[in-house]
Amino acid sequence: MAEATMNYDEAISKFDPVLGLEVHVELGTNTKMFCGCSTVFGAPPNTHVCPVCLGLPGALPTLNKIGVESAIRIGLALNCEIAEWCRFARKNYFYPDMPKNFQTSQYDEPIAFEGYLDVEIDTDEGRRTFRVPIERAHMEEDTGKNSHVGGATGRIHGADYSLVDYNRAGIPLIEIVTKPITGTGKYAPEVAKAYVAALRDILRGLGVSDVKMEQGSLRCDVNLSLRETPESKLGTRSETKNVNSLRSVERAVRYEVTRHAARLTAGDTVVQETRHWHEDTGISTSGRAKSDAEDYRYFPEPDLLPIAPSREWVEELRASLPENPAVRRARLVADWGLSEIDMNTVVNSGALDLIVEAVDAGVDPAAARKWWTGELSRIANDRGIELEELPVTPAHLKRLEELISAGSLNDKLARQALEGVIAGEGDIDAIVKARGLAVVSDDGPLLAAIDEALAADPAVAETIKSGKLAAAGSVVGAVMKATRGQADAARVRELLFEKLGVSE
Amino acid sequence: MSDLIRKDASELAGLVSSGEVSAVEVAQAHLDRIAAVDGDVHAFLHVDTAGALASAAAVDVKVKAGDKLSVLAGVPLGLKDILATNGLPTTCGSRVLDGWIPPYDATVVTKLREAGVVILGKTNMDEFAMGSSTEHSAFGPTHNPWDLERIPGGSGGGSSACVSSFEAPLAIGTDTGGSIRQPAAVTGSVGVKPTYGGVSRYGIVALASSLDQAGPCARNVLDTALLHSVIAGHDPMDATSINAPVPDVIAAAKRADIKGMKVGIVKELGGEGYQAGVRSRFEESVALIESLGAEVVEVSCPSFPAALAAYYLILPSEASSNLAKFDGIRFGNRVGDDGTKSVEQVMSETRAAGFGSEVIRRIILGTYALSAGYYDAYYGQAQKVRTLIKQDFDAAFAKVDVLISPTAPTTAFKIGEKLDDPLAMYLNDVATIPVNMAGLPGMSLPIGLAPEDNLPVGLQIIAPAMADDRLYNVGAAIERELLAKWGGPILGMAPELAGA
Repeated sequence: MAEATMNYDEAISKFDPVLGLEVHVELGTNTKMFCGCSTVFGAPPNTHVCPVCLGLPGALPTLNKIGVESAIRIGLALNCEIAEWCRFARKNYFYPDMPKNFQTSQYDEPIAFEGYLDVEIDTDEGRRTFRVPIERAHMEEDTGKNSHVGGATGRIHGADYSLVDYNRAGIPLIEIVTKPITGTGKYAPEVAKAYVAALRDILRGLGVSDVKMEQGSLRCDVNLSLRETPESKLGTRSETKNVNSLRSVERAVRYEVTRHAARLTAGDTVVQETRHWHEDTGISTSGRAKSDAEDYRYFPEPDLLPIAPSREWVEELRASLPENPAVRRARLVADWGLSEIDMNTVVNSGALDLIVEAVDAGVDPAAARKWWTGELSRIANDRGIELEELPVTPAHLKRLEELISAGSLNDKLARQALEGVIAGEGDIDAIVKARGLAVVSDDGPLLAAIDEALAADPAVAETIKSGKLAAAGSVVGAVMKATRGQADAARVRELLFEKLGVSE
Repeated sequence: MSDLIRKDASELAGLVSSGEVSAVEVAQAHLDRIAAVDGDVHAFLHVDTAGALASAAAVDVKVKAGDKLSVLAGVPLGLKDILATNGLPTTCGSRVLDGWIPPYDATVVTKLREAGVVILGKTNMDEFAMGSSTEHSAFGPTHNPWDLERIPGGSGGGSSACVSSFEAPLAIGTDTGGSIRQPAAVTGSVGVKPTYGGVSRYGIVALASSLDQAGPCARNVLDTALLHSVIAGHDPMDATSINAPVPDVIAAAKRADIKGMKVGIVKELGGEGYQAGVRSRFEESVALIESLGAEVVEVSCPSFPAALAAYYLILPSEASSNLAKFDGIRFGNRVGDDGTKSVEQVMSETRAAGFGSEVIRRIILGTYALSAGYYDAYYGQAQKVRTLIKQDFDAAFAKVDVLISPTAPTTAFKIGEKLDDPLAMYLNDVATIPVNMAGLPGMSLPIGLAPEDNLPVGLQIIAPAMADDRLYNVGAAIERELLAKWGGPILGMAPELAGA
């Protein structure tokens, strides 16, 4: 049931929003956090399970070292301190998707703490950086997945029965929790979205997770509260779960601001509760009330040894971190002379790394960008494959560009050469030779083709002579067609104007 | 009745490996003994006749082929019903696990199978190892072979009773606060709790993870050492398992020389609250140790009086979490699932019907102790006591090589005598609990009968962590003198069981 809301601008004029974001990331380790079972997504239910992740009596956890390493690398990338000594704890509560009826997690001793992430957004005053303070990043295990069969909603209420799939139980998770994010004002939704996007880019760059929000490998809970002024104490927060796309993060913050504001203005209190986000309707609904009385009876996990990452190891991991994606992006924007919009196109196409590779090999940035975001993206898209799967190397693009600069290939012929590469016909020179791809440089055949084209459309010569130079396009097109694309279009145009006695 | 049942494990292993007796004959002799006397003793919850004979036959095949055999190949054994056994019921003495057949073996079980040890069946225990008398088994108590009206100790009363009633020469127990040593003491058998981390806990249903440790039970020190050597060692499946060589306990049991050693008597473990006959046998042992050329001194461990209270916060806290998985959802009994109830109701009814009163008591205690607002006062404080106990031991072992005390304050009491008095029951483990709190190895060795009731008394020997071999050296030295004095094993003094 939808609740009352207030217009967003009005809400922001009356209240100061405070954000808190909790992001759960499923790590891309081969095996689960505490056993050797596979983490591959989409297997038949309960096939990636063993006594440990099923919590059978007697089974014991053992720690996945890659999981710990990933957690430390994430912590470092988020400018966190790394604990010199920390432990797992048991979070005790009963739920059928939890095999042991406790979750092995971290409580007061997280592996990483006290960090930050800077995010940039567009504001009325131009681009502005907001620093999002990170409270902690800790390790834990995922739960199984319940599905409720029968009933209309797919929820537990009204269902005939429920099934549990424990394939997901024990998959390593990192939970990244921000401190209260203040000072965003009306930009709270944009900051929230930018934070999750920046976090996603960092995690992808680290190679620790496939960060697919739609598959749940990156999940976001949005905490929001309002207060009357930035000086007031924090208001009561709601925690919106199931916010599973970047767009939803922004919408959920915006919605909660308008919902809280309406309640507070009407003199109602905001209930501290868990809410469910509904992507389709763009609203949240009340879940369970979450009082502070909820008692997880945390205590240190006695089945696992404390973790004491050596400082040498931590420094080694720090030294091997990839460049921060935001820093890298800013550097490339400057180096390549791109606009932010161009850069967005590049990043969204998934071609950034490929373009960087090509540029490093000596290809002009603009050309590399043109090929990867244009023709090659189209081909990959048509075939339903990833760009990385195309057999096109930086060397191919470099040679192609050399031939274009030398005037021996034009754009159309270059595309044909790339087709040859993708079809596995060899290197560029071999393809050019085998396919007979060369710009016709002899004026004779071009003049003959121009004559043919003008004869076919007698009116066009007069149109061009009258000063409508754009009409030349149809003639050039006809000539290109007649020469199967092997003419140099600029030369054709030149010859045409010469013939008609027109100057550009 | 075959005389094979009276033989030591080391002797049986020799007879089998030399081909003089087949492992199947040995197994059958013990199965016959169980059939004859276990109706009275009730040491076993489940006897695996077919499995025992099959694994014995496999040993015989190896003997015929001339294959190399382990030190205990073909020797029968009783397994406490808390170790997961692939294809064999594992109940932990609880209704909540009635009918559960594990799909995997505990690491200890794997090691036993690989060594050709013949598993006769699963032995009785207090439910989830909570108790000192085996009266808290959901499947009825085990009786002490010395006097069937009396308890065989607990929680591993089935293991101590099967060994002392000659149903098996060997058994595996687990010891969280004394559950191997106290049953050994009251049945006149030998039991060892190894160093924490010395024996894998993988596949052993957890009571209190930071205290639990499996160990060997037998009728003499050497047999105990042989079994210890088979089950000990690093296990990558147990994160708390120690990755270091196993102390040479067999060599130590054969050495049996304590000349020049320093032995400490723990002042706080003895005296008031200890039965007169327990004290007198203990004092005789002290004299015996001195006569063997060891120096005996008194040491003080001032924090030990707080050990029992701290233990009864740490154990229930860990147990309340460890036992949360018994909810009827994935395995074991499910109660009340008639299609109308919520999952919470079914979990709740399953647990109410499946757990006995002692288990429920400790779950409630632990749940309370871990609650927000109480954690620091109870669990946190108990952990501080634990640190003090470790420091007391460290200080003591700076002065002496081993420590000694009576294992239990009294001899075996009557079934039913303390059932309604949990605190009196808990006091049985007052001398054994500090050892678990510090993760140290401890042995209980029979040192005679209390004059007032003619029931066995145990001596506890405690060594520093990973010095388990010292227990066997000291134990074997004392045992040799006592056997000479008694003219044979102490269990020869036990009354013959009816049906035998």
